Amino acid sequence: MRIHRGARIWAVAVAGALVLSACSGAGEAPSGGSGNQPADSAPGVTDNSVVLGSHQPLTGPAAPGYSKISVAAQAMYTYINDNGGVNGRKIEYKVEDDAYNPTKTVEVVKKLVLEEQVFAIVGGLGTPTHSKVLDYLNQEGVPDLLVSSGALMWDQPQKYPMTFGYQVDYLREGKIMGKYVKDNFAGKKVGLFFQGDDVGRDTQAGLDQFIKDQVVTRQPYDPANTDVTPQMLALKSAGAEVVVCACIPSFMALTLLTSAKIAFKPQFVSSSIGADPATLTALLQDFAKRSGATVAPEQLLAGFVGAGYLPRVALTDDAWVKFFKEIHDKYIPTEAFTDTLIFGMAQAYTVGQILKAAGRDLTRRKVVETLETTELKGPALVPFAYSKESHSGYIGAYLVRNNGNGTSTVVQQPMVTDRESGEVKAAGGDRVNPDQTGLLDK
Amino acid sequence: MSAETSETTAAPADAPPARRAAHRPAPRRNLPPVVVHLGWALVAFALLVGLTMITDPFTNLRIATIGYYLIAIAGLALLTGLNGQVSLGHGAFMFIGAYTVALLVLHLPGLPFWADLLLATVAGGLAGLLAGAAAARLHGPYLAGATLALAVGLPAITQRYPDFLGGSNGVSFSVNSQPAGLVGVVPATRWEAWVVWATALLAMVILVNMSRGRLGRSLRAVRDDEVAASLAGIHVGRTKILAFIVSSACAGLAGGLQAFLLGTAAPGSFTVALSLSLLAALVLGGLGSLWGAFWAAIAFVYFQAWAEDAADAVDLPVNVENNLPLALYGTVLILVILLFPAGIHGGITRLRAALKTSRQGRSGRSEGES
Repeated sequence: MRIHRGARIWAVAVAGALVLSACSGAGEAPSGGSGNQPADSAPGVTDNSVVLGSHQPLTGPAAPGYSKISVAAQAMYTYINDNGGVNGRKIEYKVEDDAYNPTKTVEVVKKLVLEEQVFAIVGGLGTPTHSKVLDYLNQEGVPDLLVSSGALMWDQPQKYPMTFGYQVDYLREGKIMGKYVKDNFAGKKVGLFFQGDDVGRDTQAGLDQFIKDQVVTRQPYDPANTDVTPQMLALKSAGAEVVVCACIPSFMALTLLTSAKIAFKPQFVSSSIGADPATLTALLQDFAKRSGATVAPEQLLAGFVGAGYLPRVALTDDAWVKFFKEIHDKYIPTEAFTDTLIFGMAQAYTVGQILKAAGRDLTRRKVVETLETTELKGPALVPFAYSKESHSGYIGAYLVRNNGNGTSTVVQQPMVTDRESGEVKAAGGDRVNPDQTGLLDK
Repeated sequence: MSAETSETTAAPADAPPARRAAHRPAPRRNLPPVVVHLGWALVAFALLVGLTMITDPFTNLRIATIGYYLIAIAGLALLTGLNGQVSLGHGAFMFIGAYTVALLVLHLPGLPFWADLLLATVAGGLAGLLAGAAAARLHGPYLAGATLALAVGLPAITQRYPDFLGGSNGVSFSVNSQPAGLVGVVPATRWEAWVVWATALLAMVILVNMSRGRLGRSLRAVRDDEVAASLAGIHVGRTKILAFIVSSACAGLAGGLQAFLLGTAAPGSFTVALSLSLLAALVLGGLGSLWGAFWAAIAFVYFQAWAEDAADAVDLPVNVENNLPLALYGTVLILVILLFPAGIHGGITRLRAALKTSRQGRSGRSEGES
């Protein structure tokens, strides 16, 4: 009886194994066709509306600072809708919280695509997060526009035809920061502090084209670990006089606080992702309050140099800043008016411009083709790279120094460069005003 | 008095099987429990396939998500509920499973997906062997602390080997699992839900058999009184390590299934919060039984989704709305523990017992009348 039962179980097991072994390798290309939906389709589009989706860190480690981007974007879409929408369609903007957790990103993006039937994903935020849905969105043929990250991987038109970057990529930004440091801090010891992923890798690749021999130490951080004391101590003991940071706002704030605590006062140069002074001020106060201390953010930020490509809150005479301020005052007056809000609004405005240019007869394929062939002029001080060959976003940046008394000085005029080893040169070209883009029919 | 106590202590252990045997038709009694459980698993799988057929692709994904969390939480139920060892580090074993699948898919593309999953289970079990060897020497808060350290520290290994493990960005890949004949016939998410649940049910059958059998009795004996257990001839240390191995193998498999399902493995997904919420979900579902793990997995996935929808529906300040789901989850957890200390499953059991007594009372009265 016992042997008999054992034999039966074995027989089942062997039969099962035989069936299973008929499967092909898990890492091999699927045997069937790819892509369920042709890009000619237009889910989420009706006669009078278009549904767009985004994944944003509304909670979790990247939420401080970044959670306001979608608030600002929503304000811009409401403004566009209140003025008749785009090509007669109102924009419906659906935001899902992924808490900067890649697993959640996959889940919420599938929710947006499968359940909410969005037409496109716009401004999906974060490299570790968005990289996990890149394959999926391109397989499904969902336009993946204006990714909120400067990683280089969004710019692969052959492999990822549906994906387009937005921010200046970390390599270009690294080159521009590297040239600035080389020109202004020649011979000084440079320490690098960066997020331990593409952000850090690509920024370093750019920096190294200019200041490789000046770098004395390279310190990565992991967004899941909020203690940066070891890295700051390492930078201090290496004698770094200039610290170039490629970190998200919460880590930039932690860096400023921790370095002040250990009496380490180098010249900080930060890439655009962590350079918004208003957001940093709020974070510094918040973090200090939580640890029961008081800080003077103005002092901590004095001398801080940050990169940017969009107009800043400080430029109160800029037509775009005035335009954004109007929308802010009308729709989200309780939020602090920061560069982060401008980012969200400017990005949403660009989305509006893309939809406008794609025309009334909207399909997924058409949006991609439009973006590859249309020159978009908008809020930024540098141009986009969009073409058939490049899906990069902005191609340059400027640098600005915080004077510590609420004012700031541009220390590097807008520069543009390529993602190879081409030279860094001044950005030419003229900007347009908000009423010259033709987005709204009024 | 002494007769009474011996009767009451003997009753819980003996009564249920006796009652079940009495209700069961005669021929069934000869079937070995593993066959019976496999039969039920097949029924459950058939129901599940039916369920995935009538729901949309995204619901299929959620159903699959419940499946892999079920395995992780059931493994934890065996360790914590049956063996009394608290692990705050199960996220780390899921991390190991997920990275095992990820690396196998990327570097050994020829292996079929089920072999990857099997190896993820083995990797989780091996890690559990190491952790369990330490665990057998630690008790209560010390054990919790040691496992917590694992949950905090292990994902940071990706920083150490950024080229191999992808740094904090992790790795992404796509898993080819669908047999050629089914591509285009069955939607991918539905197929994945089937795979996850077939695996989950198989794992549950194994766990149920373990917990009902000799190992389960040893685990409970060690949980209740280590000295008494060792006097009864049970090797306490070995039993504890075994519990850890089984439990972490489950977590490894769950992590492997997650990677299989989502095509990603990244340290940001395996934070301490994951380990803690697995345990919290288990407490919510009911510590002592594998059914508790089932309710826990459903609550883990759906409660959060409902809370998010509820938070979306109410017009609240953005900061409140974003954090409301977590706050709601905490509130419900506290309420359930206050009202049903044995979790959802405890509540259901109590409800059923109450119904039964009231029904018996009524039938008894009608018998008396006739």
